[in-house]
Amino acid sequence: MNRKLSQTIAFTVLRISTLFVVVPVLLVMYFIISRGWRSMSWSFLSTMPAEGGVSGGISGPIIGTLILVTCTIGIALPLGLLSAIYLSEYAKPNLFTRVIRLAIVNLAGVPSIVYGLFGVGIFLLFLKMQPSILVASMTLALLILPVLIVGAEEALRSVPQGFRDASLALGATKWQTVQRIVLPNALPGIITGTILGLSRASGETAPILFTGAVALMGHMPHSLHDPFMALPYHLYMISAASGATVPEYMQWGTALTLLTIVLTMNIAAAIVRLHYRRKQVW
Amino acid sequence: MKIPKIIRKIGEVFMEKLILLCGGVTIIFVILIFVFLLRYSLPALRVVPLFQILVGKDWYPGDEAFGILAIIWGSLLTTVGAIIVAVPIGVAVAIYIGEVAHKRIRETLKPVVEILAAIPSVVIGFLGLVLLVPVIQNVLKIDTGMTALTGAIMLAFMAMPTIISISEDALHAVPQQYREASLAMGATKWQTIWRVVVPAARSGIVASVMLGVGRAIGETMTVLMVTGNSTAMPVWSHGLGFLQPMRTLTATIAAEMGEAVDKSTHYYVLFVIGAVLFVITFLVNFMADLALHRTRR
Amino acid sequence: MVTAGDMDLPRGGIRIKIAERTHELSDSAIGESVPSIINISDLCMFYDRAQALINITMEIRPREITALIGPSGCGKSTFLRCLNRMNDVIPGTRATGSVMIHGQNVLDQHIDVVELRKKVGMVFQRPNPFPMSIFDNVAYGPRLHGAGGKYYIDEVVENSLRGAALWEEVKDILHTSAMKLSGGQQQRLCIARVLAVEPEILLMDEPASALDPTSTLKIEELMQDLAQQYTIIIVTHNMQQAARVSNYTGFFLNGEMIEFDRSDIIFTKPGDRRTEEYITGRFG
Repeated sequence: MNRKLSQTIAFTVLRISTLFVVVPVLLVMYFIISRGWRSMSWSFLSTMPAEGGVSGGISGPIIGTLILVTCTIGIALPLGLLSAIYLSEYAKPNLFTRVIRLAIVNLAGVPSIVYGLFGVGIFLLFLKMQPSILVASMTLALLILPVLIVGAEEALRSVPQGFRDASLALGATKWQTVQRIVLPNALPGIITGTILGLSRASGETAPILFTGAVALMGHMPHSLHDPFMALPYHLYMISAASGATVPEYMQWGTALTLLTIVLTMNIAAAIVRLHYRRKQVW
Repeated sequence: MKIPKIIRKIGEVFMEKLILLCGGVTIIFVILIFVFLLRYSLPALRVVPLFQILVGKDWYPGDEAFGILAIIWGSLLTTVGAIIVAVPIGVAVAIYIGEVAHKRIRETLKPVVEILAAIPSVVIGFLGLVLLVPVIQNVLKIDTGMTALTGAIMLAFMAMPTIISISEDALHAVPQQYREASLAMGATKWQTIWRVVVPAARSGIVASVMLGVGRAIGETMTVLMVTGNSTAMPVWSHGLGFLQPMRTLTATIAAEMGEAVDKSTHYYVLFVIGAVLFVITFLVNFMADLALHRTRR
Repeated sequence: MVTAGDMDLPRGGIRIKIAERTHELSDSAIGESVPSIINISDLCMFYDRAQALINITMEIRPREITALIGPSGCGKSTFLRCLNRMNDVIPGTRATGSVMIHGQNVLDQHIDVVELRKKVGMVFQRPNPFPMSIFDNVAYGPRLHGAGGKYYIDEVVENSLRGAALWEEVKDILHTSAMKLSGGQQQRLCIARVLAVEPEILLMDEPASALDPTSTLKIEELMQDLAQQYTIIIVTHNMQQAARVSNYTGFFLNGEMIEFDRSDIIFTKPGDRRTEEYITGRFG
């Protein structure tokens, strides 16, 4: 009898603990949507910030983030994909591989501000470049590299070994096998990982603070060598950094926009993953 | 399309070398980061010895005082506070999802955890600022709601998904035979979980906690926005130091990088802080990786 | 022309049938001067420290079916994979000795493994068609090497599918997914895929063990047709199958080749006591 009772108590405690996760998430959704909804309008999304962000809209930050994230993926994806191909298809179980994996774990754990510091150090101080979309996206690319590598490697490994064996036995080289058999079949997983990387990059603030993002700019960036506005930085600026002057509903509206972008990407990744899992023929 | 064999062979070799290079590129980046952090720490270290920086209690950059002890305390308090909150909840949720919940509940809970993980740190910081700070201020009747406690709570939300998902993996990896053997001896499900499964997953759970710690220490925007950014030493009588404004190592870099005079000692000291952070997180992640490897064996 | 008629030989309770063979058997016993196509000499294979194959020496005759039998884990598949260097895929493997095909030792590091695998094709235990159309599966090999235009490929695909006795069944559905075929059809597709690169030697690693009896029979008939043109080496743990289809049989045990002779001799009057014990089922 006592054991049954302990079990009931234990399970109840467990169930209650999940509330600490579910309730906050629901609260977050509730507050952001209910308070941010007020400022949602086409003009809000398509007007540049004015008067230091107190009025106007957030078009600049939105576009800035989109451009930034596109460049980031453009840099990180080829690098991450080739790296994952090495780990999945070519690496032997030796010390070198072990060190690579350790390096990936560490890159994943480096604080985002340290990435920003590194970006300043190598690009601005050492290479004497200007803070810009280019510099910021290179910095951000390094941050999401581990995410991409891990996701892509998992996708590549999920392709059954039988396919590779069959291809090699027919006289294909390893690279031909990777190109024609492994990569096409790993594509859904790679796409999922890429979208998740995009989502992560969209929300990051610290790495871009000093490598190219600016609080306010009167115009869209003209080239990749220009500084830019970004949505997460804008949110920080109009809430914590300038505080009282910006109307609350605009702060919530910005938060809502950012959250929507990020969560949409996550949902898209989940849909891709589910859809292809169902279609999988092996 | 018939490509002459020799060209194909050259292309093949090129690709394989490129792939090998990309494989090792992560190692190069880790080394690069460390090297550059060090390189730009040196100008500061020539003026102020490292020991003085680490142990000094006064952070007054204007007066060339670069002691980060209070800031280290800030990072420590927020991290420890976050872990105290996040670990019991996180492990409990992981156990629930992995061992107890029905399929349908599991399939609802996992996306919720993923959503929590996906929320950008600046949004969490914003919510903490606008929602939690006033609450803490009013409920605890203190001067300002921007405290280490506030930071710790928000950080807990950020560390929880990491702890949950990695603990869940560790629990999942425990062989089914263990559970079956225990149940066959007449143990209840809970006894099986508590006495067999969780201990078997021990290293994985420990690793998840370490990774959670890493996450908490490294978090920037959230703490920047809610802890008040004071660089005074903690007053222990004041709720163990939790109930006053604090600043973390990460927030210091973020806050002062823009203000520090270019190429001044102040500027370079920020790199020293960055190097310290890098070393701390490197060690934490290294140990976590070791622990995870023990589970895989 | 020597034919072995149906022989029903009671042997410790197990009846072994030796099949009728109506095509030309190469003359008589080992040692006669028919040039062998594969000459294996002192082949040893190591997985890291463990030795999987111990001094294997044998000769494979052209256009015959050679069966390799033995209990699980005795090295037969490992041996097969040495012949087309598929063991290279597994890290930590090492082979010494020589496997001479057309005067070249294929274990040599300087050998063009790609060319070797075209000449020595392999069919695996589990059918592993690519998740593509039937046509693309068969065309995969020829396309690898930058083969000629559309008509050439069409022709190769048809010939290969005919050679694998699959053409009639799939000629109207060439562009549907290969994964929709039955197990037996998939295996024949894998055979067609190999035929498309025009090999001389076919290695078959338990090709029918994952299939139902009807498909198995079809594969065995196919093998006998193919033996008119190709040299076939088949690994099987099904002794009756080995007795049915093969001309020569090698018995493997614990990484060694215990006995190698004409199949009619192995299955009726084996020289080694261990071979006899295996054949009569005294161990599995």
